[in-house]
Amino acid sequence: METIFTDVLCIGAGLAGERVAIEAASAGFETICLSIVPPRRSHSSAAQGGMQAALGHSAMGEGDCPDVHFEDTVKGSDWGCDQEVARLFADRAPEAVREMAFWGLPWNRVVPGRSTYFKGGKQYEKVEATEKEGLITARDFGGTAKWRTCYTSDGTGHTLLYTMDNKVVELGVRVHDRVEAISLIHDGQTCSGAVARCLKTGKLRVYLAKATLIATGGYGRIYRETTNAVINDGGGAIIALDTEVVPLGNPEAIQFHPTGIVPTNILVTEGCRGDGGTLLDVNGQRFMHEYEPEKAELASRDVVSRWMTHHIRTGLGVKSPYGDHLWLDIRHLGEKHIKTKLREVEEICNNFLGIDPITQLIPVRPAQHYTMAGVRTNKDGAAYGLKGLFSAGEAACWDMHGLNRLGGNSLAETVVAGKIVGEKIVEFLKGYEVQYNTAIIRSGVIKQQERIERLVSGKNGNDNVYEIRSAMQDELMERVGIFRNGPDLQKAVENLQEIHERAKKVGLRSNGKGVNPELTLALKIQSMVRLALCTAYAALQRTESRGCHAREDFEARNDRDWWNRTLATWREGDDLPTLDYEPATQVVELPPGERGYGVCKIISCDGDVIGDGTS
Amino acid sequence: MGRRLKFNIFRYNPQDPDSVPHTDTFYLAETESMTLFIALTDIREEQDSSLQFDFCCRAGICGACAMMINGRPNLACKTLTKDLPDEITLMPLPIFKLIGDLSVDTGTWFREMNEKVESWVHTSKSFDPSADEERMDDAVAEEIYELERCIECGCCVAACGTANMRRDFVGAVAMNRIARFMLDPRDQRTEAEYFEIIGTDEGIFGCMGLLGCEDVCPKHLPLQDQLGILRRKMGWSAVKELFRFGK
Repeated sequence: METIFTDVLCIGAGLAGERVAIEAASAGFETICLSIVPPRRSHSSAAQGGMQAALGHSAMGEGDCPDVHFEDTVKGSDWGCDQEVARLFADRAPEAVREMAFWGLPWNRVVPGRSTYFKGGKQYEKVEATEKEGLITARDFGGTAKWRTCYTSDGTGHTLLYTMDNKVVELGVRVHDRVEAISLIHDGQTCSGAVARCLKTGKLRVYLAKATLIATGGYGRIYRETTNAVINDGGGAIIALDTEVVPLGNPEAIQFHPTGIVPTNILVTEGCRGDGGTLLDVNGQRFMHEYEPEKAELASRDVVSRWMTHHIRTGLGVKSPYGDHLWLDIRHLGEKHIKTKLREVEEICNNFLGIDPITQLIPVRPAQHYTMAGVRTNKDGAAYGLKGLFSAGEAACWDMHGLNRLGGNSLAETVVAGKIVGEKIVEFLKGYEVQYNTAIIRSGVIKQQERIERLVSGKNGNDNVYEIRSAMQDELMERVGIFRNGPDLQKAVENLQEIHERAKKVGLRSNGKGVNPELTLALKIQSMVRLALCTAYAALQRTESRGCHAREDFEARNDRDWWNRTLATWREGDDLPTLDYEPATQVVELPPGERGYGVCKIISCDGDVIGDGTS
Repeated sequence: MGRRLKFNIFRYNPQDPDSVPHTDTFYLAETESMTLFIALTDIREEQDSSLQFDFCCRAGICGACAMMINGRPNLACKTLTKDLPDEITLMPLPIFKLIGDLSVDTGTWFREMNEKVESWVHTSKSFDPSADEERMDDAVAEEIYELERCIECGCCVAACGTANMRRDFVGAVAMNRIARFMLDPRDQRTEAEYFEIIGTDEGIFGCMGLLGCEDVCPKHLPLQDQLGILRRKMGWSAVKELFRFGK
């Protein structure tokens, strides 16, 4: 068996993985990144709108500072986040943005003088200060008190990823692309690397590392309608869950983005609304301002997605062969703005919808977008359960997002967490030596070889892997979506348990030779269904509404009983996850209160009921 | 609508000793707004689960899915079947190493390209975390972004006459990258240093000016302009260089 030794193994080479790699390599540690695609194709590249950091250079961001960013983030999370982590994040974000500028990122800059902007379809004027000319500017995003989202047109993720990978190339960090980690090597206490499958040859390979990082992004592909790339199918979460000791944090925390285009669910950025775009119904009328007088289209994503769904349910959606949708209107922003600041949006509309957003409306509806859920780590990025295992970015539940992430905070998290977790891995590695247990490595490899052999030979059965994935996706869309309730969730859990049984009986229809795509999915399918079960089961247990988790049968946020974080582990042989809970935050800098948007009904820590459920 | 599409797809699995290069034919009923992403996914899930191809973002952003579509390189994800005839022939990109069927190894090629052109800001300064960022004119940032929009899909390489003839030609993508850094005030490389990298037959002087690159770039990057500007600049550098040695 080909075996490769390294100090640091980064599984995933998107923004978070590469940022950690840069930190480790810069400190002199040998670092290898694994990536299932060439690193610049990672899904980080698809983030369009921007990265939040409280620089406060733009006129509309005046007076901004990490304190305000911290508050917005905690409110956005509906008090589900770890406040110590949110604070660490907000404080370090400005430095991270500047570092990316230093490495070559072409951030848009402050242009002094008068300019106009749109809000709620109306035009306003602002004056940018002459003394700020040429500093990094920002645009407006949902759920923020200030304009704080730094950007390069609507290709922010792309430019961040290219700049990051440039740095990786400069440092000579090796990226083994088209390699997929299929299991972690561990003894129940310490992680020593991973067994990986080469996606150029289909061969297995062993990577042994003192520190292993999971930075594989989110796993939106367990849902049918998702903005996520096809590669976001849970690789990292799966290998963590398969250890039986590493928990996933808040698996019920799944975000829907308000503006996926219909029917392909490709994302159009929140920057559309940030820059003044509006949402319209079948009558061409705005509606968000009626539900959210203060924030309107720029309330947090969970809130906007819910009101959109609600509005469609009241019969005001636009009928289409692909189901009802609403309209996103950016026509009034004008050709120049769309062609410079929203050009990816223009291309997506042209290419996939055949419409021109300068003169036409864009059909949108909420689609799965982000997993706040992820490998639970402490504030250093060290995973619970296994020494030597770390996680960062969307793959992790670090947990600055709680039950809802703000737009612009995911790109920011990848870079900021990447830096911080990278620093902590460097600290961890200083003077740290390990002994590798060959028996454990061998048995780990044999287990994977046997799995592959059984799938190829059909020894487990001959269930069709694509049908099983499809059944799982339908179940989540149908019953574990934007609005949830007890009976539906109960039904989803039962159905997913059946699907889980079927997943054990998958057999390949093709010969499985080389880089067989059917085998690639078959190796994952059983654990993908487990991820789905973690989501459904944790959602069933959480009898409150918080952030993205909206229970129709428990409408209040319940700080008395549910100001906590779900921890889900999976024991081999079980057909449900084991759920534990921990306090959402040890440090309370901002006590629970009202978000200022969304339905306000709160059962306080003392059991008092605040608000009446209307806005 | 209602068309029955015929797909001729190149097949070869180098990892299977029994596999020989050949073409397989598949038929599919066309649906509304069908893209090649939808079509190929359907063929894999319903007809042949061993079929290899690469998709990632499926939104024209990541560059993973470039292939030869009826003889022309393009991103498969944003190619609508309604823009194609009833018969669609799909081949892997040339030049890049074949992984299997329609899947090629662009990762290795582009990593080498990035190493060759030293695709990073060269500076003697060090980062000061406590200081404000260096100022930059917004117009300059936008000019850089214009060239930074390249997604390394490989279409320009596949469509390049020179690259198809000589393996060491760096392609329009590399030239565009150099042009991007030449615009960037943070990069302290001199013209002579850029010349060192691309002032050769493997670089700008190997370009025959056929401009297939410009025609096929799915991001519509201004490659023709960049090649022209670089050729002029590098030409002058060559002359200056000669003059310097002549003295």
